[in-house]
Amino acid sequence: MRIVKIIAIILLVAFVGIQFIPTTRNQSDTVPETDFMLVNNVPENIQNKLQVSCYDCHSNNTQYPWYNKIQPVAWFLEDHIKEGKAELNFSKWDSLSNRRKASKLRSIVKQIEAGEMPLDSYTLIHKEAAFSEEEAKEVINFMTQLKDNL
Amino acid sequence: MSIAAVLLLAVSFTNAQEKKKMNHDHEDMKMDHSKMTTMKSDAKTETILSDYFNLKNALVADDTKKAAQAGSKLVVSLKAFDTDSYSKENQEELEDIIEDAVEHAEHISESAIDHQREHFKTLSKDITDLVAITGTKNTLYQQFCPMYDKGSAWLSTSKEVKNPYYGSRMLKCGKVQKTIQ
Repeated sequence: MRIVKIIAIILLVAFVGIQFIPTTRNQSDTVPETDFMLVNNVPENIQNKLQVSCYDCHSNNTQYPWYNKIQPVAWFLEDHIKEGKAELNFSKWDSLSNRRKASKLRSIVKQIEAGEMPLDSYTLIHKEAAFSEEEAKEVINFMTQLKDNL
Repeated sequence: MSIAAVLLLAVSFTNAQEKKKMNHDHEDMKMDHSKMTTMKSDAKTETILSDYFNLKNALVADDTKKAAQAGSKLVVSLKAFDTDSYSKENQEELEDIIEDAVEHAEHISESAIDHQREHFKTLSKDITDLVAITGTKNTLYQQFCPMYDKGSAWLSTSKEVKNPYYGSRMLKCGKVQKTIQ
């Protein structure tokens, strides 16, 4: 019994302790000139969809949920965002060469087609981020067109 | 007492993170060092090609594991490529090709076979464009399968068609599209 109590206290102390560790927040006030939406003529419905479904992890601006203020959730999100941006950052879209853009567009289409993106762990909480069949089709068509016109 | 414990914990965590960062920097330095020991650039093209062909053969044999290993090796040989001896314009083009190819090779090194084949398609385009600039000492055959993903090409050292996109499911699908000398 004593042991359990000690472990509980240690865990509590650790939990409180990790709240003091700062994290970097992925937020920016300005939209850079290289942003996907600014350099491409993106229809409004697709803009909205991308903003809601992709931009949290694939741009320089995340709409954070309230629980991001709590560790270790913040770490988990920070890690995801870092990984997501390394793979694809819509904010820096126009800094890519045509070859790189074509590769990214191809991957975007394949990932949506396969239902791998948005991640299940994301749509679980952000229900509105999931793609309906119709929405998936629209976005895939748009991205394919963009690739063919590069 | 408990406040002291909390502070101690916070400090030790921050320390651990710093250490991790330092280790990382160190690794970066090591990588730079290996880049400095350069060989002849055409030898590096041949290494890239041989890794690419190992990857292609693994896909022909439906061997995900071998394909992943070849992908990892290709990442290394691509990164070791030295563009210095090329004109400025070609340097930019080559760097672009390599950046793209590295990404595809990385994905191949950590994916299931369907995904490996998807990336192999774009990778094949990158390698073809690379060889167009660097040249190679061997004769290569650009082959083409009209069925996979609206038509997909790849490179081979042999005239005989062995399809890396379908493997045993449709080994013979495709034809020689171009001979590269």
